[in-house]
Amino acid sequence: MTGLDEHLPILQILVPLFGAILTAFTRSGVLAWTIAAIASAIAPFISAGLLMRITETGKPISYVMGSWAAPWGIEYRVDLLNAFVLLLISLIGLVSIPYARKSVATEIDSHKQPWFYTMYLLCLSGLLGIVITGDAFNAFVFLEISSLATYTLIGLGRHRRALLSAYQYLIMGTIGATFYIVGVGLLYLVTGTLNFVDLAARIGPAMQEYPRPILAALAFMTVGISLKLALFPLHVWLPNAYAYAPSFATAFLAGTATKAAIYLLIRIYFSVFAVAIPFRQLPVTEIVLVLSLAAMFIASFAAIFEQNAKRMLAYSSVAQIGYITLGIALANKMGLAGSLVHVFNHAIMKTALFFALGAMAYRTGVLSLPSLSGIGRKMPVTTAAFVVAGLGLIGVPGTAGFISKWYLALGAIEHGWTWLVFLIVLSSLLAVIYVGRFVEIAYFREPSADLAGVREPPPTMLLPLLALAFTTVYLGFDTRLTGGIATRIAEFLLGGFTS
Amino acid sequence: MIAAQPETLVQLAILIPLAAAALIPLFHRAPNLRETVTLVSAAALALIVWSLYGPVMAGARPELNGPEMVPGIRVALKVEPLGLVYALVASTLWIVNSIYSIGYMRGHDEPRQTSFYVCFAIAIASALAIAFAGNLVTLFLAYEVLTISTYPLVTHKASDEARRSGRKYLLLLIGTSMVLLLPAIIITAAVAGTADFTTGGILAGKLSPLLMTGLLALYVFGIGKAAVMPVHFWLPAAMVAPTPVSALLHAVAVVKAGVFSILKVVVYIFGIDTLTNSGAVDKLIWIPAATILIASLIAMTKDNLKARLAYSTVSQLSYIVTGALLATSLGVIGSGMHIAMHAVGKITLFFCAGAIYVAAHKTEVSELTGLGRAMPITFAAFTIGTLSIIGLPPFGGTWSKWYLALGAIEADKLAVVAILMISSLLNIAYLLPIPFRAFFGRPPASAGAAAAHGHKHGHGHAHGDGKIHEAPTACLIAISATALGCIALFVYPDFLLDLLKQIPLR
Amino acid sequence: MTGWEVIADHYNYYVTIFLMVAGLYIVIARGNMIKKLVGLGLFQTSVYLLYLSPGRIIGGTAPIIDERFSVYSNPLPHVLMLTAIVVGVATLAVGLALVVRISEEYGTIDEDEIFAKDEDQ
Repeated sequence: MTGLDEHLPILQILVPLFGAILTAFTRSGVLAWTIAAIASAIAPFISAGLLMRITETGKPISYVMGSWAAPWGIEYRVDLLNAFVLLLISLIGLVSIPYARKSVATEIDSHKQPWFYTMYLLCLSGLLGIVITGDAFNAFVFLEISSLATYTLIGLGRHRRALLSAYQYLIMGTIGATFYIVGVGLLYLVTGTLNFVDLAARIGPAMQEYPRPILAALAFMTVGISLKLALFPLHVWLPNAYAYAPSFATAFLAGTATKAAIYLLIRIYFSVFAVAIPFRQLPVTEIVLVLSLAAMFIASFAAIFEQNAKRMLAYSSVAQIGYITLGIALANKMGLAGSLVHVFNHAIMKTALFFALGAMAYRTGVLSLPSLSGIGRKMPVTTAAFVVAGLGLIGVPGTAGFISKWYLALGAIEHGWTWLVFLIVLSSLLAVIYVGRFVEIAYFREPSADLAGVREPPPTMLLPLLALAFTTVYLGFDTRLTGGIATRIAEFLLGGFTS
Repeated sequence: MIAAQPETLVQLAILIPLAAAALIPLFHRAPNLRETVTLVSAAALALIVWSLYGPVMAGARPELNGPEMVPGIRVALKVEPLGLVYALVASTLWIVNSIYSIGYMRGHDEPRQTSFYVCFAIAIASALAIAFAGNLVTLFLAYEVLTISTYPLVTHKASDEARRSGRKYLLLLIGTSMVLLLPAIIITAAVAGTADFTTGGILAGKLSPLLMTGLLALYVFGIGKAAVMPVHFWLPAAMVAPTPVSALLHAVAVVKAGVFSILKVVVYIFGIDTLTNSGAVDKLIWIPAATILIASLIAMTKDNLKARLAYSTVSQLSYIVTGALLATSLGVIGSGMHIAMHAVGKITLFFCAGAIYVAAHKTEVSELTGLGRAMPITFAAFTIGTLSIIGLPPFGGTWSKWYLALGAIEADKLAVVAILMISSLLNIAYLLPIPFRAFFGRPPASAGAAAAHGHKHGHGHAHGDGKIHEAPTACLIAISATALGCIALFVYPDFLLDLLKQIPLR
Repeated sequence: MTGWEVIADHYNYYVTIFLMVAGLYIVIARGNMIKKLVGLGLFQTSVYLLYLSPGRIIGGTAPIIDERFSVYSNPLPHVLMLTAIVVGVATLAVGLALVVRISEEYGTIDEDEIFAKDEDQ
């Protein structure tokens, strides 16, 4: 087994990639699903294996592609940060796949189902690739693999607006990726390397000679990645994309796609540019802070007034991403740890919420809030799980969301900005309103006649949902996996930097 | 009493109501068994909490530590005398209230009784977790669970009015706790490096007087359950709930959780000496003091019986907050006593209000004229509760007011003494006329007929003869028990007093 | 160096910037979905130029180890841009496929008209 052990980093990508090739040749949805399920089930074990090896040895794992030594060849370099995000993405894949079977079977035409799973697996391997690679250009390629698969997944939604949303996302996503690659190009021009570690070593000296291209590169990369992670006001593609995509695609993407982009931003800021350039030479803290606060408040308000349940949650995602970028902007130990904790927690909670909505759509076929009146009496378990995850969004103690907020607030205090603590908690009050609105609709209105025969979803959908709802609560108490690892990551990313 | 490790007792105190919450749904179709579960767990819980009395008096401080939630802070329980007072009150009154609930809910044919009892049990579990919380984060956790578990109780009727009140309840309680209390806790943890409840406080010398005042204000307003004006609006709104909920939660568990939290923060987070020296209390004490008077005045204008009782509660809660902010040893004792005394008195009054509603379907004070002859036990108990709230001997309320006044003198704040006196007069003015009117007023001729037709819920069949009878027996048992409790607490206050004297202040 | 020399020395960058901005402008300003994709293609093309032009050394040859050659062009940018071109083609293909489907569903590929049709419902 030692041989296989060596190759864990590349297997992380290859398993879903080969799965994608296999599914492309199948004609049956069930067979394609089985292949996807096997690939999704293997991926988390590889991530967990990588994470365990790193925590044991304390050293990053380097894997050299085709024996071309870095910096000439492509290096896969897994440290605690990658391993953490890899585990998250592959875990979301794992819980999603049992859910997919029934949901996809009802929402996608049967002859398209094998393709749907092909796209899902391509998306999964692309996202894992972004996170695992140690090469700036390779990251772009994986970014585009996952994005192209995502456009297709979204376009397969049943409503014709899904096509329009996919097209708009394609335009904006491509612009974002191109901005990123322009930034990479500028860095390559002044340093002659694409390897993240090598870049980090050379940017410092190059800064003496070519400060302007380097800062321009940073700006290009920031804008490009911000488009992919939906930082306000570059989020406009997200609400429609999430609202019209098939239920399963929304749930999977909400938990993974933006998270991989956030990983890339953290990697660029804290590893490649080594913290000092973005946070000393450029006013990144101020800019990202303002945009994050705008996201937290404006997107939450949009969620409050939204009539479509999926779009309500999509706006909520934009707001929650605001929390994550807020922690990045603070650029101190607790703030950055808070960001990473929230990356994990938000992925769990939001996937749970979209699972619940998907289950409701599976049974009722509708997702406008008024038509879900009284759903709490017809689908009590599903609705209860939705409420638990919703409490997590609010940040009620005893749920994962509380832990995120605690870290972020400590980060704000560490920065000397006590006022920011009040803004952080104030915006969670807006979540009370939109979650509360759903609760009132679900429990206080009589079920309409359309919901007459509605009952709980099949166990394959219900169990993943319950598992995530339980995890939301579990992560509110046991924070070794989230808070503990995130703090260690923040410590090594920041090195000796103090903001 | 049970002879077991105190730590085990603490564990059981939280687990028993939770187990009840898990068991109750299993007996959804067998109401008698379901109610048995409630009663048995209530009795077991009270027994366990009382078993802690001996060890705590002997100096034991049982502790339990859970997983580390946020950096350096664990979920932790630690029993200390003040918390035990609150736990004793909540757990003992849960028995009485359960008996009453059964009579009320059945007499009233309420829907969704199973979920009612489940939420109730969770609320009790969180109340006990608040009582025994070992640090601010655990306290906050239990505090929020209490809010959320009581939301379905407040909105039990599922009417539009219930929904509106529920909104107010949730937004005000979650709002204040999230926006004011949580930052206060985070700042405290960041400044002090710990959030444990510690003898003498953890903030001595760490904050300037101005910041100390600001932080204390965050706690006083952030703990919205204490209903200090202007964050009291949720309490009258919560009165839309069924009466047993108003009785146990909004006269005892929830509101006392609020004032208890403030008291605990004052004693174990700030430390009374630190507070006195910083001068923070001198500025802030006038807010609860004003609340005492204003709430009493508003209570006088309310004709709805439960609304009047609600404002009376707002006013009485501020006694406790004022006592806490006196930051003297006698003030703390007075506050602690008032938690118990007011709880027993006010639960009696709410029980009576509920009994009147079940038996006669009256909700307004002006409709009660002459009702005392039809419901003598209920109104006798109401009179006892009233007198205890006013603070007249031979009823329990006397002692707490006595100690509060002594505390005010000890703190050299004679104005507070004056406010306590004026407020007692106001209490007489808005509470005493109710039993007076019921016993001595002349009933209007159409009273019986109105009772049979004048309500919406279609329970007129019970009163086909047009006469009003006493409330169901289960209700009467509960009412008599708490009324007698008011008297017993006057005769035997020592066990409480001894316990409160154990609170380590310095 | 005079100002003109600087411009002459960096003319490849000016072309890059022109293509980039022109492409971006088309994407933003045009309502026709095909034209938007054309603009997107132009925008991506500018990146190829950004990478390739500095990688080329005048008089340099392909990097073949041989005694006769001493000056080589850097091969890496070419490899990278080969990949980027593939990505660009794939993006264009997916984009065009979406436009075909949109045209089938809506009967138009003009964004304003599509929005108007969705508003009507």
